[in-house]
Amino acid sequence: MISTDICIIGAGPVGLFAVFEAGLLKMRCHLIDTLPQVGGQLSEIYPHKPIYDIPGYPEIKAQDLIDRLMEQIAPFEPGFTLGERVESLEKQDDGSFIVGTNDGSKVHCQVVVIAGGLGCFEPRKPEIDGLLNFEGKGVEYMVKNPENFRDKRVILAGGGDSALDWTIFLSDIAERVTLIHRGDTFRGAPDSAEKVHELANKGKIDLILQSNLLSVSGNGKLKEVSFTGRDQIKKSIETDYLIPLFGLSPKLGPIAGWGLNIDKSAIQVDTFDYSTNVERIYAIGDINTYPGKLKLILCGFHEAALMVQSAFKYVYPDQKLSFKYTTVYGVNAF
Amino acid sequence: MINIIIEDRNGEQKPVEIPEEISLSLMEVLKASDYNILATCGGMALCATCHVQVLKGLNDLPEPGNEEMDMLDTLPDAGFDSRLACQIRMNENMEGMIFKIRGDEQ
Ligand SMILES: Cc1cc2nc3c(=O)[nH]c(=O)nc-3n(C[C@H](O)[C@H](O)[C@H](O)COP(=O)(O)OP(=O)(O)OC[C@H]3O[C@@H](n4cnc5c(N)ncnc54)[C@H](O)[C@@H]3O)c2cc1C
Ligand code: FES
Repeated sequence: MISTDICIIGAGPVGLFAVFEAGLLKMRCHLIDTLPQVGGQLSEIYPHKPIYDIPGYPEIKAQDLIDRLMEQIAPFEPGFTLGERVESLEKQDDGSFIVGTNDGSKVHCQVVVIAGGLGCFEPRKPEIDGLLNFEGKGVEYMVKNPENFRDKRVILAGGGDSALDWTIFLSDIAERVTLIHRGDTFRGAPDSAEKVHELANKGKIDLILQSNLLSVSGNGKLKEVSFTGRDQIKKSIETDYLIPLFGLSPKLGPIAGWGLNIDKSAIQVDTFDYSTNVERIYAIGDINTYPGKLKLILCGFHEAALMVQSAFKYVYPDQKLSFKYTTVYGVNAF
Repeated sequence: MINIIIEDRNGEQKPVEIPEEISLSLMEVLKASDYNILATCGGMALCATCHVQVLKGLNDLPEPGNEEMDMLDTLPDAGFDSRLACQIRMNENMEGMIFKIRGDEQ
Protein backbone atom coordinates (compact mmCIF):
# COMPACT_ATOMS: atom_id res chain seq x y z
CA MET A 1 0.00 0.00 0.00
CA ILE A 2 1.17 3.50 -0.88
CA SER A 3 1.15 5.96 2.00
CA THR A 4 0.96 9.73 1.59
CA ASP A 5 -0.50 12.87 3.15
CA ILE A 6 -2.89 13.87 0.37
CA CYS A 7 -4.30 11.61 -2.33
CA ILE A 8 -5.34 13.64 -5.36
CA ILE A 9 -7.88 12.05 -7.70
CA GLY A 10 -7.25 13.46 -11.17
CA ALA A 11 -3.94 14.64 -12.64
CA GLY A 12 -5.30 17.55 -14.68
CA PRO A 13 -3.79 21.02 -14.32
CA VAL A 14 -5.60 21.66 -11.05
CA GLY A 15 -4.59 18.37 -9.43
CA LEU A 16 -1.00 19.00 -10.51
CA PHE A 17 -0.87 22.52 -9.11
CA ALA A 18 -2.34 21.31 -5.83
CA VAL A 19 0.87 19.29 -5.39
CA PHE A 20 2.83 22.54 -5.45
CA GLU A 21 0.62 24.32 -2.97
CA ALA A 22 0.63 21.27 -0.68
CA GLY A 23 4.42 20.98 -1.02
CA LEU A 24 4.91 24.52 0.25
CA LEU A 25 3.20 23.36 3.45
CA LYS A 26 5.32 20.20 3.56
CA MET A 27 2.48 17.89 2.65
CA ARG A 28 3.23 15.00 0.29
CA CYS A 29 0.88 14.04 -2.52
CA HIS A 30 0.03 11.02 -4.63
CA LEU A 31 -1.99 11.47 -7.84
CA ILE A 32 -4.22 8.90 -9.54
CA ASP A 33 -5.69 9.26 -13.04
CA THR A 34 -7.53 6.91 -15.41
CA LEU A 35 -5.66 8.32 -18.35
CA PRO A 36 -2.23 6.90 -19.13
CA GLN A 37 -0.78 10.43 -19.14
CA VAL A 38 -1.06 13.50 -16.88
CA GLY A 39 -2.69 16.76 -17.98
CA GLY A 40 -6.43 16.00 -17.94
CA GLN A 41 -8.45 17.78 -20.64
CA LEU A 42 -5.42 19.76 -21.80
CA SER A 43 -3.39 16.72 -22.81
CA GLU A 44 -6.34 14.58 -23.88
CA ILE A 45 -8.55 17.03 -25.79
CA TYR A 46 -6.49 20.04 -26.87
CA PRO A 47 -2.73 19.57 -26.38
CA HIS A 48 -1.79 21.80 -29.34
CA LYS A 49 -4.29 24.62 -28.77
CA PRO A 50 -3.03 27.92 -27.38
CA ILE A 51 -4.51 29.18 -24.09
CA TYR A 52 -4.59 32.94 -23.57
CA ASP A 53 -5.84 33.40 -20.02
CA ILE A 54 -3.09 31.94 -17.86
CA PRO A 55 -1.67 34.81 -15.80
CA GLY A 56 1.85 35.69 -16.93
CA TYR A 57 1.55 33.82 -20.24
CA PRO A 58 0.08 35.91 -23.05
CA GLU A 59 -0.14 32.61 -24.93
CA ILE A 60 0.82 29.07 -24.01
CA LYS A 61 0.03 25.72 -25.66
CA ALA A 62 -2.00 23.42 -23.45
CA GLN A 63 0.63 20.67 -23.40
CA ASP A 64 3.37 23.21 -22.65
CA LEU A 65 1.43 24.40 -19.62
CA ILE A 66 1.22 20.82 -18.36
CA ASP A 67 4.96 20.32 -18.96
CA ARG A 68 5.69 23.51 -16.98
CA LEU A 69 3.46 22.38 -14.14
CA MET A 70 5.29 19.03 -14.00
CA GLU A 71 8.56 20.93 -13.79
CA GLN A 72 7.19 23.22 -11.09
CA ILE A 73 6.02 20.35 -8.86
CA ALA A 74 9.05 18.08 -9.39
CA PRO A 75 10.81 19.28 -6.20
CA PHE A 76 7.93 17.88 -4.18
CA GLU A 77 8.33 14.39 -5.66
CA PRO A 78 4.66 13.50 -6.13
CA GLY A 79 3.75 9.86 -6.69
CA PHE A 80 1.67 8.85 -9.71
CA THR A 81 -0.66 5.96 -10.42
CA LEU A 82 -1.74 6.38 -14.03
CA GLY A 83 -4.13 4.32 -16.14
CA GLU A 84 -6.21 3.38 -13.10
CA ARG A 85 -9.64 4.60 -12.05
CA VAL A 86 -10.40 5.40 -8.44
CA GLU A 87 -13.37 3.26 -7.42
CA SER A 88 -13.56 3.42 -3.66
CA LEU A 89 -12.92 5.63 -0.65
CA GLU A 90 -12.83 3.84 2.69
CA LYS A 91 -12.84 5.86 5.88
CA GLN A 92 -10.59 4.47 8.63
CA ASP A 93 -11.25 4.66 12.37
CA ASP A 94 -8.64 7.38 12.83
CA GLY A 95 -10.33 9.55 10.19
CA SER A 96 -7.82 8.80 7.44
CA PHE A 97 -8.83 7.26 4.10
CA ILE A 98 -7.84 4.35 1.92
CA VAL A 99 -8.35 5.13 -1.75
CA GLY A 100 -8.74 2.08 -4.02
CA THR A 101 -8.50 1.71 -7.79
CA ASN A 102 -10.00 -0.69 -10.31
CA ASP A 103 -6.59 -2.36 -10.64
CA GLY A 104 -6.31 -3.00 -6.91
CA SER A 105 -3.87 -0.19 -6.03
CA LYS A 106 -4.43 1.26 -2.57
CA VAL A 107 -3.34 4.63 -1.22
CA HIS A 108 -3.54 5.48 2.47
CA CYS A 109 -3.88 9.23 3.08
CA GLN A 110 -5.01 11.82 5.63
CA VAL A 111 -6.87 13.93 3.08
CA VAL A 112 -8.60 13.20 -0.23
CA VAL A 113 -8.67 15.89 -2.89
CA ILE A 114 -10.98 15.28 -5.83
CA ALA A 115 -9.69 17.14 -8.88
CA GLY A 116 -11.64 14.96 -11.27
CA GLY A 117 -12.55 17.61 -13.86
CA LEU A 118 -15.47 16.48 -16.01
CA GLY A 119 -15.05 12.96 -14.67
CA CYS A 120 -13.14 9.92 -15.87
CA PHE A 121 -12.29 9.87 -19.50
CA GLU A 122 -13.82 6.61 -20.64
CA PRO A 123 -13.86 4.97 -24.03
CA ARG A 124 -17.00 5.39 -26.13
CA LYS A 125 -18.59 2.02 -26.57
CA PRO A 126 -20.41 1.08 -29.76
CA GLU A 127 -23.96 -0.08 -29.11
CA ILE A 128 -23.72 -3.61 -30.46
CA ASP A 129 -25.20 -6.85 -29.24
CA GLY A 130 -23.20 -8.79 -26.69
CA LEU A 131 -20.34 -6.30 -26.36
CA LEU A 132 -20.50 -5.86 -22.59
CA ASN A 133 -20.47 -9.64 -22.01
CA PHE A 134 -17.02 -9.91 -23.52
CA GLU A 135 -15.27 -6.97 -21.89
CA GLY A 136 -11.95 -8.28 -20.62
CA LYS A 137 -12.68 -11.57 -22.41
CA GLY A 138 -11.53 -10.45 -25.82
CA VAL A 139 -13.04 -6.97 -26.00
CA GLU A 140 -10.55 -4.24 -25.04
CA TYR A 141 -10.95 -0.48 -25.38
CA MET A 142 -7.32 0.41 -24.94
CA VAL A 143 -4.04 -1.13 -25.93
CA LYS A 144 -2.24 -1.11 -22.60
CA ASN A 145 0.30 -3.81 -23.31
CA PRO A 146 0.79 -4.60 -27.02
CA GLU A 147 2.53 -7.87 -26.14
CA ASN A 148 -0.85 -9.30 -25.10
CA PHE A 149 -1.74 -9.36 -28.77
CA ARG A 150 1.34 -11.19 -29.99
CA ASP A 151 0.41 -13.93 -32.49
CA LYS A 152 -3.32 -13.32 -31.90
CA ARG A 153 -6.06 -12.41 -34.34
CA VAL A 154 -7.10 -8.81 -33.68
CA ILE A 155 -9.97 -6.75 -35.09
CA LEU A 156 -9.81 -2.99 -34.62
CA ALA A 157 -12.81 -0.74 -35.26
CA GLY A 158 -12.77 3.01 -35.79
CA GLY A 159 -11.39 5.59 -38.17
CA GLY A 160 -9.57 8.13 -36.03
CA ASP A 161 -5.86 8.52 -35.43
CA SER A 162 -5.62 5.98 -32.65
CA ALA A 163 -7.35 3.29 -34.77
CA LEU A 164 -4.86 3.94 -37.57
CA ASP A 165 -1.82 4.08 -35.30
CA TRP A 166 -2.64 0.85 -33.49
CA THR A 167 -3.44 -0.94 -36.73
CA ILE A 168 0.02 -0.10 -38.00
CA PHE A 169 1.70 -0.97 -34.72
CA LEU A 170 -0.10 -4.26 -34.14
CA SER A 171 0.41 -5.41 -37.75
CA ASP A 172 3.96 -6.35 -36.75
CA ILE A 173 2.96 -8.17 -33.59
CA ALA A 174 -0.38 -9.86 -34.11
CA GLU A 175 -1.00 -12.92 -36.25
CA ARG A 176 -3.65 -11.05 -38.23
CA VAL A 177 -4.99 -7.51 -37.98
CA THR A 178 -8.32 -6.41 -39.42
CA LEU A 179 -9.48 -2.79 -39.40
CA ILE A 180 -13.19 -2.10 -39.77
CA HIS A 181 -14.16 1.49 -40.57
CA ARG A 182 -17.51 3.12 -41.18
CA GLY A 183 -16.29 5.51 -43.89
CA ASP A 184 -14.48 4.91 -47.13
CA THR A 185 -11.61 7.29 -46.38
CA PHE A 186 -9.59 8.24 -43.32
CA ARG A 187 -9.27 11.86 -42.33
CA GLY A 188 -6.75 11.31 -39.57
CA ALA A 189 -3.05 11.98 -40.04
CA PRO A 190 -2.46 11.49 -43.80
CA ASP A 191 0.82 9.59 -43.21
CA SER A 192 -0.89 6.98 -41.07
CA ALA A 193 -3.82 6.65 -43.49
CA GLU A 194 -1.41 6.07 -46.37
CA LYS A 195 0.52 3.48 -44.38
CA VAL A 196 -2.67 1.58 -43.55
CA HIS A 197 -3.68 1.47 -47.23
CA GLU A 198 -0.20 0.31 -48.12
CA LEU A 199 -0.32 -2.53 -45.55
CA ALA A 200 -3.71 -3.56 -46.92
CA ASN A 201 -2.45 -3.54 -50.52
CA LYS A 202 0.46 -5.74 -49.54
CA GLY A 203 -1.96 -8.14 -47.88
CA LYS A 204 -0.41 -7.61 -44.43
CA ILE A 205 -3.71 -6.49 -42.91
CA ASP A 206 -7.38 -6.73 -43.85
CA LEU A 207 -9.06 -3.39 -44.37
CA ILE A 208 -12.86 -3.45 -44.34
CA LEU A 209 -14.36 -0.08 -45.27
CA GLN A 210 -17.93 1.24 -45.29
CA SER A 211 -18.91 -1.27 -42.65
CA ASN A 212 -20.39 -1.16 -39.18
CA LEU A 213 -20.02 -3.57 -36.28
CA LEU A 214 -23.19 -5.55 -35.66
CA SER A 215 -22.59 -8.05 -32.88
CA VAL A 216 -20.05 -10.15 -31.04
CA SER A 217 -20.39 -13.73 -29.90
CA GLY A 218 -18.42 -16.49 -28.22
CA ASN A 219 -18.53 -18.94 -25.40
CA GLY A 220 -17.19 -17.26 -22.27
CA LYS A 221 -14.52 -15.81 -24.51
CA LEU A 222 -14.85 -13.76 -27.69
CA LYS A 223 -14.92 -15.91 -30.82
CA GLU A 224 -16.60 -14.03 -33.59
CA VAL A 225 -17.34 -10.47 -34.69
CA SER A 226 -20.12 -9.70 -37.14
CA PHE A 227 -20.55 -6.61 -39.27
CA THR A 228 -22.52 -5.32 -42.23
CA GLY A 229 -21.41 -3.32 -45.21
CA ARG A 230 -23.38 -1.17 -47.63
CA ASP A 231 -25.08 -4.30 -48.97
CA GLN A 232 -26.56 -4.90 -45.47
CA ILE A 233 -25.47 -8.56 -45.64
CA LYS A 234 -24.15 -9.89 -42.34
CA LYS A 235 -20.59 -11.17 -42.45
CA SER A 236 -18.57 -12.66 -39.60
CA ILE A 237 -14.89 -13.08 -38.78
CA GLU A 238 -13.34 -15.33 -36.16
CA THR A 239 -11.03 -13.48 -33.83
CA ASP A 240 -9.29 -13.47 -30.46
CA TYR A 241 -9.65 -9.75 -29.80
CA LEU A 242 -11.88 -6.84 -30.75
CA ILE A 243 -10.56 -3.35 -30.00
CA PRO A 244 -13.18 -0.64 -30.64
CA LEU A 245 -11.33 2.71 -30.72
CA PHE A 246 -13.88 5.50 -30.82
CA GLY A 247 -12.35 8.20 -28.70
CA LEU A 248 -12.94 9.07 -25.07
CA SER A 249 -15.76 10.90 -23.37
CA PRO A 250 -15.82 12.08 -19.73
CA LYS A 251 -18.24 10.40 -17.31
CA LEU A 252 -18.66 11.33 -13.64
CA GLY A 253 -18.27 7.64 -12.85
CA PRO A 254 -17.58 6.29 -9.35
CA ILE A 255 -17.44 9.77 -7.76
CA ALA A 256 -21.26 9.81 -7.83
CA GLY A 257 -21.40 7.02 -5.24
CA TRP A 258 -19.23 8.46 -2.46
CA GLY A 259 -21.94 10.19 -0.43
CA LEU A 260 -20.99 13.68 -1.59
CA ASN A 261 -23.54 16.37 -2.37
CA ILE A 262 -23.78 16.39 -6.15
CA ASP A 263 -25.49 19.02 -8.27
CA LYS A 264 -25.64 18.40 -12.05
CA SER A 265 -22.57 16.15 -12.17
CA ALA A 266 -20.52 18.50 -9.97
CA ILE A 267 -19.60 18.31 -6.27
CA GLN A 268 -20.96 21.06 -4.04
CA VAL A 269 -18.28 22.76 -1.96
CA ASP A 270 -17.91 25.48 0.63
CA THR A 271 -15.96 28.35 -0.94
CA PHE A 272 -14.25 29.03 2.38
CA ASP A 273 -11.88 26.10 1.78
CA TYR A 274 -13.41 24.02 -1.05
CA SER A 275 -14.37 21.29 1.40
CA THR A 276 -17.21 18.92 0.60
CA ASN A 277 -19.92 17.71 2.95
CA VAL A 278 -17.62 14.85 4.02
CA GLU A 279 -14.81 15.78 6.41
CA ARG A 280 -11.29 15.49 4.94
CA ILE A 281 -12.58 15.35 1.36
CA TYR A 282 -12.07 18.45 -0.79
CA ALA A 283 -13.05 19.09 -4.41
CA ILE A 284 -11.24 21.57 -6.68
CA GLY A 285 -11.24 22.49 -10.37
CA ASP A 286 -13.94 21.66 -12.91
CA ILE A 287 -15.45 18.95 -10.71
CA ASN A 288 -16.80 21.34 -8.06
CA THR A 289 -19.65 23.80 -8.07
CA TYR A 290 -20.62 26.84 -5.99
CA PRO A 291 -22.45 30.07 -6.71
CA GLY A 292 -20.52 31.90 -9.44
CA LYS A 293 -18.33 28.93 -10.37
CA LEU A 294 -16.35 29.30 -13.60
CA LYS A 295 -14.68 26.27 -15.17
CA LEU A 296 -11.33 27.93 -15.73
CA ILE A 297 -7.82 26.73 -15.04
CA LEU A 298 -6.91 29.84 -13.09
CA CYS A 299 -9.95 29.46 -10.83
CA GLY A 300 -8.87 25.88 -10.10
CA PHE A 301 -5.39 27.10 -9.15
CA HIS A 302 -6.89 29.57 -6.69
CA GLU A 303 -9.08 26.83 -5.20
CA ALA A 304 -6.00 24.62 -4.73
CA ALA A 305 -4.21 27.35 -2.78
CA LEU A 306 -7.09 27.87 -0.35
CA MET A 307 -7.78 24.15 -0.02
CA VAL A 308 -4.30 23.25 1.29
CA GLN A 309 -4.53 25.87 4.04
CA SER A 310 -7.52 23.97 5.39
CA ALA A 311 -6.21 20.45 4.74
CA PHE A 312 -3.06 21.22 6.78
CA LYS A 313 -4.83 20.62 10.09
CA TYR A 314 -5.50 16.98 9.23
CA VAL A 315 -1.90 16.27 8.23
CA TYR A 316 -0.25 18.25 11.06
CA PRO A 317 -2.88 18.41 13.82
CA ASP A 318 -0.37 19.74 16.37
CA GLN A 319 1.17 22.50 14.28
CA LYS A 320 0.06 26.03 13.71
CA LEU A 321 0.04 27.15 10.12
CA SER A 322 1.82 30.39 9.32
CA PHE A 323 1.49 31.97 5.91
CA LYS A 324 4.74 32.43 3.98
CA TYR A 325 5.62 33.92 0.60
CA THR A 326 7.70 31.80 -1.79
CA THR A 327 9.85 34.89 -2.37
CA VAL A 328 10.80 34.87 1.29
CA TYR A 329 11.18 31.16 1.97
CA GLY A 330 11.81 29.81 -1.51
CA VAL A 331 10.72 26.34 -2.58
CA ASN A 332 12.13 23.80 -0.16
CA ALA A 333 12.31 20.51 -2.00
CA PHE A 334 11.59 17.26 -0.14
CA MET B 1 -37.11 34.23 -36.76
CA ILE B 2 -35.61 30.92 -37.85
CA ASN B 3 -37.78 27.94 -36.92
CA ILE B 4 -36.20 24.54 -36.55
CA ILE B 5 -37.30 21.33 -34.88
CA ILE B 6 -35.25 19.45 -32.32
CA GLU B 7 -35.83 15.81 -31.50
CA ASP B 8 -34.51 14.75 -28.10
CA ARG B 9 -33.01 11.37 -27.20
CA ASN B 10 -36.48 9.99 -26.44
CA GLY B 11 -37.78 10.89 -29.86
CA GLU B 12 -39.89 13.85 -28.75
CA GLN B 13 -39.87 16.72 -31.26
CA LYS B 14 -40.20 20.37 -30.24
CA PRO B 15 -39.97 23.58 -32.27
CA VAL B 16 -37.19 26.04 -31.44
CA GLU B 17 -37.22 29.68 -32.56
CA ILE B 18 -34.02 31.61 -33.07
CA PRO B 19 -33.81 35.34 -33.86
CA GLU B 20 -32.14 35.86 -37.23
CA GLU B 21 -29.65 38.47 -36.10
CA ILE B 22 -28.06 36.16 -33.52
CA SER B 23 -24.86 34.55 -34.68
CA LEU B 24 -24.88 31.27 -32.80
CA SER B 25 -23.95 27.73 -33.60
CA LEU B 26 -26.60 25.02 -33.36
CA MET B 27 -24.73 23.70 -30.31
CA GLU B 28 -25.13 27.06 -28.56
CA VAL B 29 -28.80 27.13 -29.49
CA LEU B 30 -29.29 23.66 -27.98
CA LYS B 31 -27.54 24.71 -24.78
CA ALA B 32 -29.52 27.96 -24.60
CA SER B 33 -32.73 25.93 -25.05
CA ASP B 34 -31.73 23.76 -22.06
CA TYR B 35 -31.08 20.59 -23.99
CA ASN B 36 -28.78 18.27 -22.10
CA ILE B 37 -25.61 18.10 -24.19
CA LEU B 38 -22.04 18.01 -22.96
CA ALA B 39 -20.25 20.09 -25.61
CA THR B 40 -17.08 19.50 -23.61
CA CYS B 41 -14.76 21.44 -25.92
CA GLY B 42 -16.97 24.49 -26.14
CA GLY B 43 -17.41 24.32 -29.89
CA MET B 44 -13.95 23.63 -31.25
CA ALA B 45 -14.75 20.37 -33.08
CA LEU B 46 -12.54 18.55 -30.59
CA CYS B 47 -14.89 16.40 -28.55
CA ALA B 48 -17.79 15.19 -30.74
CA THR B 49 -20.16 15.37 -27.76
CA CYS B 50 -22.43 17.76 -29.74
CA HIS B 51 -23.26 15.06 -32.29
CA VAL B 52 -26.62 15.53 -34.07
CA GLN B 53 -28.34 13.63 -36.82
CA VAL B 54 -29.90 15.79 -39.53
CA LEU B 55 -33.36 14.33 -40.12
CA LYS B 56 -34.35 17.03 -42.60
CA GLY B 57 -32.24 19.52 -44.52
CA LEU B 58 -28.91 17.69 -44.71
CA ASN B 59 -28.18 18.69 -48.29
CA ASP B 60 -28.89 22.37 -47.66
CA LEU B 61 -26.21 22.65 -44.98
CA PRO B 62 -22.67 23.70 -45.89
CA GLU B 63 -20.37 20.66 -46.26
CA PRO B 64 -18.53 19.64 -43.09
CA GLY B 65 -14.90 20.71 -42.89
CA ASN B 66 -11.98 18.36 -42.37
CA GLU B 67 -11.82 18.85 -38.61
CA GLU B 68 -15.49 18.01 -38.30
CA MET B 69 -15.21 14.92 -40.51
CA ASP B 70 -12.20 13.79 -38.55
CA MET B 71 -14.08 14.07 -35.26
CA LEU B 72 -17.18 12.31 -36.67
CA ASP B 73 -14.92 9.41 -37.58
CA THR B 74 -14.25 8.84 -33.90
CA LEU B 75 -17.94 8.20 -33.12
CA PRO B 76 -19.22 4.62 -33.04
CA ASP B 77 -22.78 5.64 -33.92
CA ALA B 78 -22.22 8.26 -36.61
CA GLY B 79 -24.09 7.88 -39.89
CA PHE B 80 -24.00 9.66 -43.26
CA ASP B 81 -26.43 12.23 -41.82
CA SER B 82 -24.34 12.97 -38.72
CA ARG B 83 -22.97 16.44 -37.99
CA LEU B 84 -21.38 18.30 -35.11
CA ALA B 85 -23.84 20.93 -33.88
CA CYS B 86 -21.03 23.32 -32.95
CA GLN B 87 -19.89 23.49 -36.58
CA ILE B 88 -23.31 24.51 -37.89
CA ARG B 89 -23.90 28.29 -37.86
CA MET B 90 -27.54 29.31 -37.65
CA ASN B 91 -28.89 31.12 -40.71
CA GLU B 92 -32.17 31.60 -42.61
CA ASN B 93 -31.50 28.66 -44.93
CA MET B 94 -32.06 26.39 -41.97
CA GLU B 95 -35.79 27.19 -41.72
CA GLY B 96 -37.73 23.97 -41.19
CA MET B 97 -34.74 21.71 -40.63
CA ILE B 98 -35.02 18.84 -38.15
CA PHE B 99 -32.15 17.74 -35.91
CA LYS B 100 -31.96 14.76 -33.57
CA ILE B 101 -29.67 14.96 -30.54
CA ARG B 102 -27.24 12.05 -30.41
CA GLY B 103 -24.23 13.29 -28.39
CA ASP B 104 -23.23 12.35 -24.85
CA GLU B 105 -25.40 13.64 -22.01
CA GLN B 106 -24.12 15.88 -19.27
C1 LIG C 1 -11.21 22.66 -25.91
C2 LIG C 1 -11.12 23.30 -24.55
C3 LIG C 1 -10.58 24.56 -24.43
C4 LIG C 1 -10.43 25.16 -23.17
N1 LIG C 1 -9.86 26.40 -23.09
C5 LIG C 1 -9.63 26.95 -21.85
C6 LIG C 1 -8.99 28.22 -21.72
O1 LIG C 1 -8.63 28.88 -22.72
N2 LIG C 1 -8.76 28.72 -20.45
C7 LIG C 1 -9.14 28.03 -19.33
O2 LIG C 1 -8.88 28.51 -18.22
N3 LIG C 1 -9.78 26.82 -19.43
C8 LIG C 1 -10.04 26.28 -20.66
N4 LIG C 1 -10.69 25.07 -20.75
C9 LIG C 1 -11.15 24.42 -19.50
C10 LIG C 1 -9.99 23.72 -18.81
O3 LIG C 1 -9.44 22.75 -19.67
C11 LIG C 1 -10.50 23.08 -17.53
O4 LIG C 1 -10.97 24.10 -16.67
C12 LIG C 1 -9.38 22.31 -16.82
O5 LIG C 1 -8.95 21.23 -17.60
C13 LIG C 1 -9.86 21.81 -15.47
O6 LIG C 1 -8.80 21.11 -14.87
P1 LIG C 1 -9.05 19.99 -13.79
O7 LIG C 1 -7.68 19.60 -13.34
O8 LIG C 1 -10.05 20.46 -12.81
O9 LIG C 1 -9.77 18.80 -14.58
P2 LIG C 1 -9.38 17.95 -15.89
O10 LIG C 1 -8.43 18.65 -16.75
O11 LIG C 1 -10.69 17.54 -16.48
O12 LIG C 1 -8.67 16.65 -15.29
C14 LIG C 1 -9.38 15.77 -14.47
C15 LIG C 1 -8.76 14.41 -14.50
O13 LIG C 1 -9.36 13.59 -13.50
C16 LIG C 1 -9.43 12.28 -13.97
N5 LIG C 1 -10.44 11.55 -13.19
C17 LIG C 1 -11.74 11.88 -12.99
N6 LIG C 1 -12.35 10.97 -12.21
C18 LIG C 1 -11.41 10.03 -11.90
C19 LIG C 1 -11.43 8.82 -11.14
N7 LIG C 1 -12.53 8.39 -10.51
N8 LIG C 1 -10.28 8.10 -11.09
C20 LIG C 1 -9.15 8.51 -11.73
N9 LIG C 1 -9.08 9.64 -12.46
C21 LIG C 1 -10.20 10.39 -12.54
C22 LIG C 1 -9.77 12.44 -15.44
O14 LIG C 1 -9.39 11.30 -16.17
C23 LIG C 1 -8.96 13.69 -15.82
O15 LIG C 1 -7.73 13.38 -16.38
C24 LIG C 1 -10.86 24.47 -22.00
C25 LIG C 1 -11.41 23.19 -22.12
C26 LIG C 1 -11.54 22.59 -23.37
C27 LIG C 1 -12.09 21.21 -23.47
S1 FES D 1 -18.77 21.02 -28.81
FE1 FES D 1 -17.02 19.76 -28.97
S2 FES D 1 -17.13 19.05 -30.97
FE2 FES D 1 -18.83 20.35 -30.84
